[in-house]
Amino acid sequence: MSEPISEADLQAYADGHLPEERRKAVDAWLASRPEESERIAAYRRLASEVRAAYNTMLSEPVPPRLTQVAAAGLRWRRVAVVAGWIVLGILIGVPAGWYSRPERLVTQVVPADPSMIARRAAVAHATYSPEVRHPVEVGADDEQHLVTWLSKRLGVKVRAPKLDDFGMSLVGGRLLPGENGPVALFMYQSQNGRRLTLYVRTEASRNRETAFRYARENNVNVFYWIDREVGYALASADLTKDELLRLANLVYKQLEMS
Amino acid sequence: MDEAKRLVELIPRLRRYARALVGERAGADDLVQDTLERAWAKLHLYRRGTDLRAWLFTVMHNVHVNRVRATRPVDPLEEEMPELAQRGTQPDALLVRDLDRAIARLPADQRAVLLLVTLEEMSYEEVARTLGIPIGTVMSRLSRAREKLRAMMLGQTPPSAKLKLVK
Repeated sequence: MSEPISEADLQAYADGHLPEERRKAVDAWLASRPEESERIAAYRRLASEVRAAYNTMLSEPVPPRLTQVAAAGLRWRRVAVVAGWIVLGILIGVPAGWYSRPERLVTQVVPADPSMIARRAAVAHATYSPEVRHPVEVGADDEQHLVTWLSKRLGVKVRAPKLDDFGMSLVGGRLLPGENGPVALFMYQSQNGRRLTLYVRTEASRNRETAFRYARENNVNVFYWIDREVGYALASADLTKDELLRLANLVYKQLEMS
Repeated sequence: MDEAKRLVELIPRLRRYARALVGERAGADDLVQDTLERAWAKLHLYRRGTDLRAWLFTVMHNVHVNRVRATRPVDPLEEEMPELAQRGTQPDALLVRDLDRAIARLPADQRAVLLLVTLEEMSYEEVARTLGIPIGTVMSRLSRAREKLRAMMLGQTPPSAKLKLVK
């Protein structure tokens, strides 16, 4: 009929994942190929044997040591949430305090520890990416305003890279406090809800460029780099290191061309 | 906490997957315990409204990979599986043993894909997301795992295969 039957089609056929029309096409294809037909039937038999072999685990009582972990988790969770907020408060509160006292801002330039950008970016990611209702201040539907606003506040031209080709679409952005002034945070999301944040700040020491660096902070992967006066950190708890590196390359190239 | 309750409800499914993945009972429950501990510690990173099951299996996958890395390297081809848990008490104990052996001989990354598709009946997209691999890789690993499993179950297990045919 339309496309030739692929091995992936046959696997999906065995799992019952094919849409009706495609399933019929595979049926017709298999009808004249007894060996292939037998192979797929064997896959189905094996799948039901595997399920039968291990499904007994579902009806077995859960051992006490496992339910105890869960019960302890329920109790500790409340404590952990409070503790988590305190830690976040310390991490975010210090630079926020600085920023609220403008007279220090000019004189007290924090020495550039490049790994600090990774930590700040990871904290920002962990704080805002779980947000369902308020992940951003300005949404992607008002991107022009978002970019103009953030550029004005940071004092450099800021742009939200286009990552749609990689399945990540812009959700929007927000303004954050940072050591040397305001910070821009852009958020992206894939169709299945995986999120990515780009943390953009101005750098104290200009004319510096670094290669990509990688950090992992509490399950958040971060690639960060400095390009002249601007520091960037791309963070995600949902993407693998390799996926993130590919995106970091894309972001770097797009921003370089702008 | 909705997630907390759902997490507890998912324990039997974690145990089933772990049992098939590890090949024996005690090691499987160790894996589940480590997974639950880690999941509790990381629950703040779970995003509400997304698939908790996929998230939990991702946690288990990562814990498993780290445990395998940390323990002595095992060559699955040389490894005989002496454990015969529940032998005789279950009607298909021989089949379970044969499957345990065959699954243990699959490369670890193929084993995970096969079991998520077969036991958890995840869609290929869910498997890709859970394991953090592209969907094309899911398909090729699934295809290879099935073909190996088929060859092993055809070749090595005449007694239980015959038993099955007779009934």
